Amino acid sequence: MRVLDCNKMAGGALVRYPGRTFMMLLATAIGVAAVLVLTSLGEAARRFVTDEFQSLGTHLVIVIPGRSETSGANPAMMIAETPRDLTLDDARAVLRSPHVARLAPVVVGAASVSRGSLEREISVIGTTPEFRKIREWRMRLGEFLPNVTMERGAPLCVIGAKVRTEIFGTDPPLGQWLRVGDRRCRVSGVLAPEGTSVMIDVNEVVIIPVIDAQALFNSPGLFRIVLQATSREAMPLAQADAKRIIAERHYGEEDVTVITQDAVLSTFDGIFGTLTMALGGIAAISLVVAGVLIMNVMLVAVSQRTAEVGLLKALGATRRQIIALFLTEAFFLAALGALVGLLLGYGIVAAMRVFYDTLDFVPPLWAAAGALLVAMACGIFFGILPARRAADLDPIQALMGR
Amino acid sequence: MIQLQELCRDFDVGEEVVHALDHVSLKLPAGEYVSIMGPSGSGKSTLLNILGLLDTPTSGSYTLDGVNTSQMDDNELASIRQNKIGFVFQSFHLVPRLSALENVELPMMLSGNDPKLRRERGHAALERVGLGHRDSHRPSQLSGGERQRVAIARAIVMEPKLLLADEPTGNLDSASGREVVKIMEALNAQGLTLLVVTHDPNIGERARRQLKFKDGRLEHDSGVPA
Ligand SMILES: Nc1ncnc2c1ncn2[C@@H]1O[C@H](COP(=O)(O)OP(=O)(O)OP(=O)(O)O)[C@@H](O)[C@H]1O
Ligand SMILES: [Mg+2]
Repeated sequence: MRVLDCNKMAGGALVRYPGRTFMMLLATAIGVAAVLVLTSLGEAARRFVTDEFQSLGTHLVIVIPGRSETSGANPAMMIAETPRDLTLDDARAVLRSPHVARLAPVVVGAASVSRGSLEREISVIGTTPEFRKIREWRMRLGEFLPNVTMERGAPLCVIGAKVRTEIFGTDPPLGQWLRVGDRRCRVSGVLAPEGTSVMIDVNEVVIIPVIDAQALFNSPGLFRIVLQATSREAMPLAQADAKRIIAERHYGEEDVTVITQDAVLSTFDGIFGTLTMALGGIAAISLVVAGVLIMNVMLVAVSQRTAEVGLLKALGATRRQIIALFLTEAFFLAALGALVGLLLGYGIVAAMRVFYDTLDFVPPLWAAAGALLVAMACGIFFGILPARRAADLDPIQALMGR
Repeated sequence: MIQLQELCRDFDVGEEVVHALDHVSLKLPAGEYVSIMGPSGSGKSTLLNILGLLDTPTSGSYTLDGVNTSQMDDNELASIRQNKIGFVFQSFHLVPRLSALENVELPMMLSGNDPKLRRERGHAALERVGLGHRDSHRPSQLSGGERQRVAIARAIVMEPKLLLADEPTGNLDSASGREVVKIMEALNAQGLTLLVVTHDPNIGERARRQLKFKDGRLEHDSGVPA
């Protein structure tokens, strides 16, 4: 029997029972579409998070006070150990590492910000102009704390786009006085609006010199030291330097955590990658369910067409030919269903993009290819039993329709 | 050329054993026209199924064209069914979703013949049964007699040597039945060995050689005509 004829016979049978064919197509299609939709959800979440981390800047190394590693230490010790403050002196010392290109200390708090009778509680960041360069923030107006360093403060501040409209409305903000907590400062610049970043909502922030922030919050401790390594390769070196230098200054105690952007990125990448795979796997189960359905329907098809099978045998069909016919039919059901599912899945994902445009939904290629393969494999695998049952029919009984 | 020797076919029905064929010995030269008659349950269909290699005897031997069929494996049996034997059934057994021509082409399709050749020979076979104008009709659009003629066309499209018909007129009115028999007789006249199982004595008597079965035994053989 020629392949084309086999396909024609199998296709003819599918057309002959449209209701059955439609149900099978639907079952497989839903399975495939589910794989596409779920994996594109996971993939969108992964991309969202990694993009966010990438938007923090390049070659970032971040120093956080306190230890996060519980490296087999005695739990009692962990509690007893109060982390030493991270200070500006620590920051200055780390800046001496040859692998550090830029460095910015960061203090974070909240304060009431007011102008005239307008008053709002707003996040306040204390830092240096280096921070803007590391974070690659753009200015809408003015400058980012000119002439401010780790040592030198100034009665200046930079405000986010939303703070500007809320406090100044349409008035020109540059050079205007603003009260931040118990201090007065002039607005030296306005940040360009940006999407929400992982750590800070750039639009709703007031930035003041780091020493002024320390005074404002009455604490010498830094929230973070953010540094930029000289190159991607230098990141682990800068990380090691920061650890070593701070440990030396803290009497040999490693009481800070130093993370690299790469490490965080790859952690999140891994978490979300696994999540996406898991979602895809769960959805793939529905493909197996569809496969079982195909098997049942093919068994029904075999019993509906016993007389036909008997006839084919009487006409000289071999076992292999009968198996090929029914397997082809099952495969067609699965493959067609998978194609419909791809269309359906891509359609749903496109609709999701329209209705929820913050996340960029795109079904991953591996999921589409995988779903297609699994669907077709299920079709064949679950087609084997019915096909063999047909091939094993006794022709005489089959011809009598039994 | 068919030779049966002490052929038995037993069926186990619960405790009992039914001797559907009981020590049947028979020689049928090529080109014969044989009718097989006998009461219901006498083993006529069982014999035809064994002759058509759809069933195997419990004991005894069946030699077809000098080859003992008990030696053959499944694929060889299928190949002989395909090339040497044509079947005509009481209930036609046409595939409803295929046209008359496609039904006739079916055996050639299974044997992997080229579609063009298939169409030619399929059409020629339909013409031989007087249905050259019915190529594209579905079985449901044909009368009973026409359906059986399509089935005959299908049985002969591979140019077999042996045509086995199990009550081919059983579902037909007498006029269409006669027509079907005439067509088969014409094929026999061209050299095809023809075996017809029938309950209708008018049809049975037309055969040159008549076999009568009872309880699985060959009770009467009119013998090879001179
Ligand atoms: N698969 C089977 N299992 C058990 N018994 C069977 C089977 N096939 C046939 N028989 C028995 O074998 C005997 C012969 O059956 P067969 O079908 O050959 O009769 P027949 O002469 O064709 O009868 P009819 O004229 O009614 O078609 C019957 O008694 C029948 O019950
Ligand atoms: Mg019978």
